[in-house]
Amino acid sequence: MDNFIQQLINGLTLGSVYGLIAIGYTMVYGIIGMINFAHGDVFMLSAFIALLVFLVLTQVFGITSLPVAFLVVLVAGMVLTSVWNWTIERIAYRPLRGSFRLAPLISAIGMSTFLSNFVQVAQGPRNKPVPPMFTDIIHVGGAGHDITLQYRQIVIVAITGLLLFGFWWLVQKTALGRAQRACEQDMKMAALIGVDVNQTISITFVIGAALAAVAGAMYMMYYGVVNFSDGFLPGVKAFTAAVLGGIGSLPGAVLGGLMIGLIEVMWAAYFSSDYKDVAAFSILAITLIFMPSGILGRPEIEKV
Amino acid sequence: MAAMAQTSAVAETNEGADLGARLKEAIAAALLTVLLCVPIILLQAQADIDGVLHPVPRYWAVAIFAFLAFFGRLAISNAAADVRKEAKPESKIAASVRAASAKYLPPIGLAVLFIYPFAVLALLGSGGSLKWVDSYGIQILIYVMLGWGLNIVVGLAGLLDLGYVAFYAVGAYSYALLATTFGLSFWICLPLAGILAALWGVMLGFPVLRLRGDYLAIVTLAFGEIIRLVLVNWVPFTGGGAGIASIPKITFFSLPFSDQPGGFDEFFHLEHESVYAKIFLYLIILCLALITNFVSMRLRRLPIGRAWEALREDEIACRSLGINTTNTKLTAFALGAFFGGMAGSFFSVRQGFISPESFTFVESATILAIVVLGGMGSQIGVALAAVFLIGGFEMLRELDFLRAVMSSGTGVFVICLGVAVFGVVRSRRLAAQVAIVLIVVVLALRAFQGELQPFIHVQLLPDAMFSVFAMPDFDPAQYRGLLFGLAMVVMMVVRPRGFVSTRAPSIFLKEKKAVSGSLVKEGHG
Repeated sequence: MDNFIQQLINGLTLGSVYGLIAIGYTMVYGIIGMINFAHGDVFMLSAFIALLVFLVLTQVFGITSLPVAFLVVLVAGMVLTSVWNWTIERIAYRPLRGSFRLAPLISAIGMSTFLSNFVQVAQGPRNKPVPPMFTDIIHVGGAGHDITLQYRQIVIVAITGLLLFGFWWLVQKTALGRAQRACEQDMKMAALIGVDVNQTISITFVIGAALAAVAGAMYMMYYGVVNFSDGFLPGVKAFTAAVLGGIGSLPGAVLGGLMIGLIEVMWAAYFSSDYKDVAAFSILAITLIFMPSGILGRPEIEKV
Repeated sequence: MAAMAQTSAVAETNEGADLGARLKEAIAAALLTVLLCVPIILLQAQADIDGVLHPVPRYWAVAIFAFLAFFGRLAISNAAADVRKEAKPESKIAASVRAASAKYLPPIGLAVLFIYPFAVLALLGSGGSLKWVDSYGIQILIYVMLGWGLNIVVGLAGLLDLGYVAFYAVGAYSYALLATTFGLSFWICLPLAGILAALWGVMLGFPVLRLRGDYLAIVTLAFGEIIRLVLVNWVPFTGGGAGIASIPKITFFSLPFSDQPGGFDEFFHLEHESVYAKIFLYLIILCLALITNFVSMRLRRLPIGRAWEALREDEIACRSLGINTTNTKLTAFALGAFFGGMAGSFFSVRQGFISPESFTFVESATILAIVVLGGMGSQIGVALAAVFLIGGFEMLRELDFLRAVMSSGTGVFVICLGVAVFGVVRSRRLAAQVAIVLIVVVLALRAFQGELQPFIHVQLLPDAMFSVFAMPDFDPAQYRGLLFGLAMVVMMVVRPRGFVSTRAPSIFLKEKKAVSGSLVKEGHG
């Protein structure tokens, strides 16, 4: 039982990171119907940005307070990664708007290759380690139980929760969110009633990047090491999470992220850590066979 | 990177954009580039002896990127403003030349492809021709075959498959395992590998082909990853990450290509050369690729092929007409997998060693990119895209001569100079002339600096100036992936419908006319 709760905590932490990345996929898919393959690499780029900002803060400015440094890292990472994703959208996707479905997909795959190689050239192919952060541990459940809760896990889950709340508010209660939902339902109609479609799509990419940047900073903090090839697998799993939850659905992305994180951790704990990714992908395939539009997705209506 | 940072805005600039507006845009591009470069270019996290990371600043690199962005943006708006000549209607002679070439080009092209390895051998000798037969000829043809195989699934049936590499892997491991365990020959394994891969295609396809659109894409991607992960982790069966080594090599009708007695060379009284085996492999893959093409072209005319295309155009109409969509999709999937498996078994006989490293998602993406770049459903387009992408990628290996140019700083300086000229001079033709002259002058001055010293006593282009542009640890190999990705993006932005913009109809009334690619649907499956 102790082990189970421990794995539950670990799984939720990992799932939060996947959930944050998955929102970027699901939003972009919802609004322009494109699988943004470069999103995983944007996440990797943001982890590098977080690393560099963190190094500058601690070594050049000599900030010793870790919470302050981490907060600055988060904000700076969100801003800089957003600029990147905005530019990527302008260069690689906007010219292909209204073109056929596979063109932006191939463009995104090219962008993904470009980004990972760009970071490799700019920062070198080696692993970049950082000293562990927020290492304190809380023992949960009193004496006789062996469940530990790390501070960094609390930080991750707390920040994710806070961001999701803010994000939900943004989409549900603001004019921007309304514009976004309008574009999602019918882009032409939205343009007719005065919604700036291009701008709304740009902002969608910016928000997706900002959330991925938070995930990237937390990934760097949690694992203590980043590499230029770190974008692919978390990216694919986050996309899997988005599809599992029902692509286009925001709560679905978070739910899917948590599920993928839990499946992966539980499988590694109880069966074999070699096959944890196989388990995650298999469960995706099985879920889709029985629920073809994901868990919370709307079923596709065919019009003749 | 930065120079193209604003490519998309090309369409938005109107022709009469005045200097002020253009400058404003250029400054914006430069500022944006600085912002993009701030962490990732400006600072490099370098580990010291203890492994602790320190940020090392690179101010000049950012300045150079900003410079390139500024003039690159100007150059792009110049290019947009440069009035293009109206396309003239095709003259009669040109039309007849085109008709003749359409008639005679295929047989001539085929003949050239069959003669190619022998011509290279005759021209360059056995040592020099090895590279041209192996890493250009065979490598490209493998991708042509894979592209044609995937074209059945994506181009004809309109099913988006992101895990095609799984079938390639099944084929490769089928041959490797059958040959190393049971000692079966390549010619028996080749169809077996195809059939096994097709079986996997059916097994995977049966449950998932009910899914539509991107759900199918993600499940095929997941399946590709599952296959790869199983290959990595099932060590007793597949050898795990270490792969399978010493796979039996190809034999010429049971004559091995070796210098031992009883080999190919002795039998034909030839000197032993490793290029003979490669030429034989080249001919095999050429035939396999042509078979793939032939089969898919003939199948297009059969009811099943027409059902594929009908499915791509409108699935609901298809169902209303009584076509069994599941079976139709399954045959496309299985046939694509069959050719993928055959290509895989060829890959493993050619390499002699296989490991899961060769079957990553990047491979699937590359094959899909070949199909889409070529123009989906166009056979010749797929072949052209394979030549361009794979040949180009191999060509980037030959960039070693750049090492000296780039590390001394001349290379980056020349690039900056060229971009600046195109940014300043508005006419494209004039800019090209000026840029060429200036670059030649700079290169000559740099190359003959020592020789000019007695005549001109001051150094015209001092070395100190170039230290700013120097890339001391420049490694061309690292830039291959970068350029490959960039090329994919640029080609998609420039030609989203692929290289070949017309499609041959599979059925027609009276007269066969090519139709525009944009009239062909892409399917939702």
